[in-house]
Order: sequence, then structure tokens, then C-alpha cells
Amino acid sequence: MIRPLIALALTLLLAMPASANPALEAVIADNLDQIEKPSRRTVEPLVAQIAATGPEGLALLQAWSGRALGVTDDGRLLIVDGDTATDAVTGAAVTDAEPKMLRPNSGVRGVIESALVAGEISSPDPARRAAALASIARDGTAEHLAALRAAPAEPDPILARQRQRVTNLLAIRFDAEPAARVAAIERMAGDVGLDFRAALNPLLATSRIAAPAEPDANIARELSIGADDFPRDAAIALLTSQGVLQPRLTPADQRNALAANVTGGTVGGIPVADLFDPAARDRAYEALEASGAVPPAATEAEADAALESHRFFEVYAEPNPDVTDAARAAQTRAQVRLAAMTGIDLGLDALSLASIYFLAAIGLAVTFGVMRVINMAHGEFIMMGAYTGYVVQTLIANRTLSLVVALPLAFAVTFGAGVVLYRLVIRHLAHRPLETLLATFGVSIALQQLAKNIFGTQARPLTAPAWLEGAVTINDVISISSIRVAIFVLALLFLGLFLFIMKRTRLGLEVRAVTQNPGMAASMGINPDRIAMMTFGLGSGIAGIAGVAIGLFAQVTSELGQQYIVQSFMTVVVGGVGNIWGTLAGAALIGGLSKVIEFLNPANTLAAQTFMILFIIIFIQFRPRGIIPQRGRAAEA
Amino acid sequence: MTEKLTRQPFILRNPQVLVVLAVLAVFTVAVTLLSQAYGSGVIPTSTVKVLGKTLCLALAAVAMDLVWGYLGILSLGQMAFFALGGYLIGQWLMYARTESIVAASLAQNPIPPTPAELQEGVANQIFGVVGSADLPLVWSFAHSLPIQLLLVLAVPGLLALVFGWLAFRSRVNGVYLSILTQAMTLALALWLFQNDSGFRGNNGLSGLQNIPGLDGIDQATLSVWFLWASALALALAYVLAAWLVSGKFGSVVRAIRDDETRVRFLGYPVEGFKLVVFTLAAMITAVAGALYYPQAGIINPAELMPIASIYLAVWVAIGGRGRLYGAIIGAVVVSLLSSWFTGGRAPSIHLPGYVVNWVDWWQVALGLSFVLVTLFAPKGIAGIFDRLGGILPPQRHGRDLGPDQGALQEQEAKA
Repeated sequence: MIRPLIALALTLLLAMPASANPALEAVIADNLDQIEKPSRRTVEPLVAQIAATGPEGLALLQAWSGRALGVTDDGRLLIVDGDTATDAVTGAAVTDAEPKMLRPNSGVRGVIESALVAGEISSPDPARRAAALASIARDGTAEHLAALRAAPAEPDPILARQRQRVTNLLAIRFDAEPAARVAAIERMAGDVGLDFRAALNPLLATSRIAAPAEPDANIARELSIGADDFPRDAAIALLTSQGVLQPRLTPADQRNALAANVTGGTVGGIPVADLFDPAARDRAYEALEASGAVPPAATEAEADAALESHRFFEVYAEPNPDVTDAARAAQTRAQVRLAAMTGIDLGLDALSLASIYFLAAIGLAVTFGVMRVINMAHGEFIMMGAYTGYVVQTLIANRTLSLVVALPLAFAVTFGAGVVLYRLVIRHLAHRPLETLLATFGVSIALQQLAKNIFGTQARPLTAPAWLEGAVTINDVISISSIRVAIFVLALLFLGLFLFIMKRTRLGLEVRAVTQNPGMAASMGINPDRIAMMTFGLGSGIAGIAGVAIGLFAQVTSELGQQYIVQSFMTVVVGGVGNIWGTLAGAALIGGLSKVIEFLNPANTLAAQTFMILFIIIFIQFRPRGIIPQRGRAAEA
Repeated sequence: MTEKLTRQPFILRNPQVLVVLAVLAVFTVAVTLLSQAYGSGVIPTSTVKVLGKTLCLALAAVAMDLVWGYLGILSLGQMAFFALGGYLIGQWLMYARTESIVAASLAQNPIPPTPAELQEGVANQIFGVVGSADLPLVWSFAHSLPIQLLLVLAVPGLLALVFGWLAFRSRVNGVYLSILTQAMTLALALWLFQNDSGFRGNNGLSGLQNIPGLDGIDQATLSVWFLWASALALALAYVLAAWLVSGKFGSVVRAIRDDETRVRFLGYPVEGFKLVVFTLAAMITAVAGALYYPQAGIINPAELMPIASIYLAVWVAIGGRGRLYGAIIGAVVVSLLSSWFTGGRAPSIHLPGYVVNWVDWWQVALGLSFVLVTLFAPKGIAGIFDRLGGILPPQRHGRDLGPDQGALQEQEAKA
């Protein structure tokens, strides 16, 4: 009880005028030994005493923890600042002394700083008050609670709120009055901060006990044997640990006991060779038990009797039921709000994943819609885009500028690659989709190996500009990295661009015509070959852009495309071809689903992917042509 | 006309079967006589193993050809059945061997072990690496060779049946079906990659080259035995497949490949035919896997990744689709060439200013040659044999002769 009072005194003293300080002098004189050789465990009262002596005391503490305090041979303390030194008690400048510098260890400095912080709360400088609050919030103690409560009203509204919050948190942990703690919990109910939840957890910590009758304790609940979280074995283990029941015999113990009592090829009259049978082992052990060679082990009947005569409870470590009830209620509320926020966070994650799949799959979907071919080299176009970004970055140092250059360049490079692939391979395989699939696979392995030969097997970094680093954080739960936001914006941009090309340009009109009925389109004077080439180039170009985007958060390797190609296929298959909204729906479904499965089974992303693919296989049963199927004559092709 | 319709014996109608069997027999005898165990020792044991494994791959390729070349389904998940066969036989190999080792070490104790202790010891030994000590449910029959052998056929067969039934009944075909089969093998691979799937995660099963109960027999002898078994399996499967595709059944299957809708309209149960061929091919592939992995010694989930199945399709395409011997030729030639080129023993090509190192450039060459084969030689290597046998594709130029003159066109009718 003394220390809070001292802290209180300290805050009052702060305003007093500075002068020679006899109280400080006395304290120093009494405790010079300890000041020179302080110990973490015993220094606390001394620090409080010094702090209580006024501004000189505080200055001394500051210097002490900052390792700027020296002691002279005649027992004076000097505050050393570079070449000058002042007497800690009188404040007079000292020139001739050769002080021995004090080097308190980190534990002692922690004690000093904690005492100083209490003083800082009422500093006139808002920055210092804020720093003090932050320090208390990090590592608060009961003394801080008293200091906070005693401190003068906070003029700054933001700091006032923060201080209120920190006071409440400390009150929950340290207040002696249960009613005050309940009030503090209720004031904070609905808060989802990590610190609040961390403050509640120790209040709700429970332990399990077994007792013949209801114990005089704060009981959380009574356990029934055989419940999911309290199997019979756990009850027996609890009884054993409380010494009520002798330990049950484990098979290993039994074997060791038997092995230790082998005499002349038999154990308890039973030949060793027969002991492969558990029943024979039991008989042998009983025989040994009867002869007193081994300690008796609890039998099944004893265990049953003990279980019968005991009740099992979960009790709170916190004795006051009001506090635990309030904490339980607050925790439930926090959990509900937390669940809602986790849902929002999950939604954001899913959205960004869906954007990536959308960017990666849109090119595939378009070429499939127009030409009925799956381009297995699509993943390698993504990789090509990412490597383009990497090469540009090695040439242009400015990250933002290099990104601005890389995006259109990646589009151009992969557009060109797509057109070449179309002219050389795909147009010669018209109407043979399976052959096209395999031929483009040949291109895919060739391109992958080529990338490996050129860039090596190690991952190449594609660094995002500084303004894309970090994350947009809303609170402890909801946050999303800026790159993912940028990718979402990029996907939106491409959705818009694509819709514009398809609905508002001549090219889009012709593409749609060829998609719906190539024969009829050709008879209307549209050159399906040129349209197919343009769409193939366009799809490949978008893959290149996707590659730059993916490269910003993933490592650029020659296998980059492979990681996204299967998901892209799934997106196209689930979404349906020939329609950008289908691709969007497919990407949203796959992205959302994989995030939800990942959330339900966070430890196991592999299982999550397995379940997702299984889901897709089953989904195809019901909608073989995707969410938004192609209709009309084109669908029959 | 009646003469033509008289059925000649199967072998006479398919002389290529005899040729393939003869080549296979000569090859097997030759390797045996040159092996370390039974002959001069010119061929080292490791090469015998490679040849035995190649025969297993050829067996898988024959099954792939049934599914793709004859039925028209480009299955990109065929190696899932191959690896499943390997896993199922591997379970017995690993369990039985570990059991004998654990039993030997427990026999050192003063007290003989109980069956439960023995099993616990085995489980610890096998699953300690993935931090588990319980024998998963899927290992319930691992102690029994006959049951595991039965499962080698039953599990992949059942998987193919269920997957095929789901896919075929909802009329998923073409590229969609290829993607779906790819998804199937990827799902299986990802599941097996987990540590708690019961198959030791990405450690896979290892030590499969040691056959329990045959400790006294060295690897040189074992490798020849496996070569014989692989050759026998290939011969049997080849005859079975050739017989299947030569009769009426084969005609319907090829008709489904060429125009599924028309066959359905003619009243054939298309889905049933597809299911039979798909399931049979899965079982043949599983047998190939069960023979392959004891020779390879180790199996892990990477073997199920879609890329392996695509390579299988590549072999069949290069060898020649729709020709069973083409599949064998493709698998043997491409897989042996691949291991030769990527093994680092192929001589580098010294160009002015650059050295073409085949370890780096083989994949590029393979990919490009694959594109070229698809573009210019759709019949693959088997096309050469067609040409030798005088089977030429019709010159499809000229007008139709008319509905009552058959499917020939003017130029063909003259030729």
C-alpha cells in the first residue's frame, strides 16, 4: 500500500520548485551501497524513495537508468553529460571530480524506468504523456494503476481515451476491489483488442479438481465422466494425480516389472515363452503381486469405486464469481464481434485471391471460348510476364517507374509470344482440341526449361515499390496487404477494359460473333483466323500482366506459372467459357471457397486444396458447362 | 462378301501381336543372358532395373493407348492409378519388412512381445518420421500379401469406376474431361502429401526393393525376376488389349472415339463402354505401378503430380496413338532417351560461342520435338510401320461419290 502513496506524493511533488534537496541527500546517504550495487529484487523501494524526493530525484533516476550517473570517492552522486557534470543533490556544476560511472543491469533499469513512467503521465508535454501511456500499456503494474488514477485530468481527448482504456485494463488485472474490476470489464465490453482479450484470459483460467463433494471455490462447471472433453481416462488420471487412486499399470510398466522378476525361465510360475499373451502377463503379474514382489496396481474395481465416490469440477483460479461472470460475458461478446470481423477479413482475403485467379484465368477463358482450345502454355506466359518485370527492374532502378514500364512491356512480350504460338502451332491444329492441348504442353515444358537455362533455378525477386509495401490495417483483426489491394484494383481495371473491348469496339463485336458461330461470322466477312489470333494474343497479354502482379508477392521462378495453371483451369471449368462474367463467378467461387476451407482447417492447406478439387469434381456433376454456360449453337461444338 | 466376314483366328488377324511377343521374348532372354545373375554380367544390375522399369512404363502406356488412342479420352490422371498400385504393394512390402525387423529386435527382450506390442513397434518404426505412432486404418490389411494384391486391382479399379461414372454420366468430355482427370490426380497427390494421410506424407514409402521373405536373394537376381514379371505382365496385357480392340467391342470403342453422339443414337450404351475401358485401363496401370515401384525402391506423392501423367500422354503420342505397339515404342524410346540425356552421359554439342549441355537442353528439345510430332506426324513413330506395311492414309481430295457409293471420294476411288 505504501508504493501507490509514494507515487501519489511524487506526482504532487513534481510541481514544486527545485532547490537543494535535503530529503534526497538523506536517501542517498543511507543507501549509497545499494545505489552503487543495485539488485533487481531489492531496488524497488529505494527507487520509490528517490522518486518521492522531487525533480532532483527524478533527474537522478533518469541519469541512473541512462547510465549517466557517476559516484565520486567522497560519496557524492554526479550526473555526467559528456564533459560536464552536475551534483545530483544540489544541481551545482562540478568540474574537478573523477566519478566512477554506475552501470545498473537491465532489470534494475526496468524498475527505474517504470517508476519514471508514473511521473511522466502528468508531464505537461503531450508527446511524453503519450510515450508514458504506451510504456504502461506494454508493461503495466499495480503502481501504474494508482498513478493513472491519481494523475490530473488529461486535456488531449485522444490521449484521454487511451488513458481511460489503459486504466481499465490495469483495473481488470490489478484492482483489489472485485466491484471495481467488474465495472472495468463492463466498461470495456465489446472491445476486440488483443490486450483486452489477454487481460480476460487469466481471469477465466480454470483447473480441474476431483472432490467427494462440491468444493468451496469459484466453480466454472461440473464435469461428467464420458463427455467429449472429459473421457474416463482423464478422470482416472486426475484421481491419480491427486493421490486418490494408485497409478494404473501401463503395459510397459507391466512388462518391465515382469522382466525384472524372471527366475529360472518363469515369472510367477508362468513360463517366459508364454508371455506373448496379455492374459498370461496379467496372471503372472497377479502372482507376483500376491508374493509381494511388485507393488499392487489399482484394479478396475478400485478405479470404478473412486470414480463413483468423486465429483469432478472445473474451478476458476479467480475466487470471485462476479468477476468471472463479467469476464465470461465480456469474452463471449468479444468473440462474437471477433467472429464477425474475422469473417470480413476472410472476405477481403478471398477477394484478393479471386482477383489473382481472375487475372490468371481470363486469358484462358477467352481463348477457350473462341477456339475451343486449352492453352497449356498459359502458365508459362504468366511466368514470362513475371520475368519481364524482373528484367525491367534490373535495368530501371526506380521501382515505381520500372513497374509502370513493366506492365505494358509484359503485355507486349506475351502478346507477341501468344501470336507466334498461334501462327506456328495452334492454327494448324484447328478442330483438334486434344492435340492442341498436348502440343501447347510441349511448348510449356520447352519454355519452362528455357527460363531455367536463362535465369537459373533460384528465385528472382520482383520488389514492389515502397508505396505498395505494408498493409491497410483497420484493427487487430482486419488487415490486408497493399499489394493485394493493388491487384484487386488491377483486376477491376482489366474487367472494365475487357468489357469495353468486348462491348464497345469492332474487335469485340467480331470476337463475340466468332465465339457464337464461326461459320456464320466468316460468311459475314469476318476473318475468324485473324480474330482467333488477336484473341489469343490478348489472352496471352493479360497473362503477362497477371505475371507481373503475381511476381510482386510471390518469388519469380520458372515454375511460377505451374502453381497457378491448375487453379486457372478450374476457374474456367467452374465459371463456364466464352463469358467474362462466368470467369469472374468462377474466380470468386474458387477464391472464396479455398479461403473458407483454409479457415476451417488452417493447419492443413494441402487438405484444403484436396477438398476444393473434390468439390469442383462434384460441382461439374451438376453444372457440366460451368456456372454461366454458353448457350445456343456454339455450345454444341 | 461372305468370305470376308468369316472370322479368322485372332492371331492371324493381328500378326503384330506375334511380332511384339517375339520381340519381347527375345529382349527378355537377351537381358537375362547378359545379366549379372544369370549370364555374362555385361549388363549391370542397375541397367537391368532400368529396363524392367521401362517395361512397366510401356505397360502403363498400353493402358493409356486403350483410353486415349482407342476410346478418345485424353486422361491426364493415368499415373494416379500407377502410383496407387505402387502405394498398395508398398504398404505390404514396408509393413512385412518392418515387422520382421521389429520382431527381431523385440526378441532381444527377456519377455516375448505381445501382438499389440509388435504392431506398436512397427507403427512407430514406419510412422515415427511423420510424428505418429498409430497404424492408420488404411494399413489394416498391410500384413497380408494376398489382400494387398487384391487391393492393387480393386482400389484403382473402384476409383476409376466411381470417377468415370460421375464424369461420363454428366457427359463431361473432351478438354473438360482432361482437366477433370488432371484435377483428380492433383487432389490425390495433395492428399498424400499431408503427413496425417496415413501414407507418410512427402517421405512416401521407401525400402521397397527389399522383398520380405527373400532376404537371402541378392538384388542382381531380384532385378532379373522383376524383369521377367514385368515382361510377362506386358505380354499378357498386350494380348488382352489387342484382343479387346480387334473384335466388335473394339469397333464400338473406336466409333465412340470418332463420333460419340452417333454411336449413342445407334443405341449403344456409350457410358458402359467407356466405363469398362477406363476401369480396365486403370487396373492395368495399377499392375504396372505395383511392378514398377519394387524396382524403383521408393515412392512418394510427387509421382502423382499431373506432369507425370502428361508425360505418359507424350510417350503415347510420340509412339503413335491407336497402335498398341506404338505406345510401347513411344514409352521405351522416349523414357530411355530421357534418362540418357538427363543423366549427363550424352555428349555436349559445341557450337561456336555456346556449349549445348544436354542436361539443360533436353527438355527444350523434347518439348519442341513433341510439338513437331503433333504437327507433322500425328501417327508418331508407329506411322513408319504403317508406311512399311503399305497402310497409307486416304488422299482426301475430290468430291464425294454420293450417298449410295460409300464414304470414299473421287480420288480415293480411282487410286
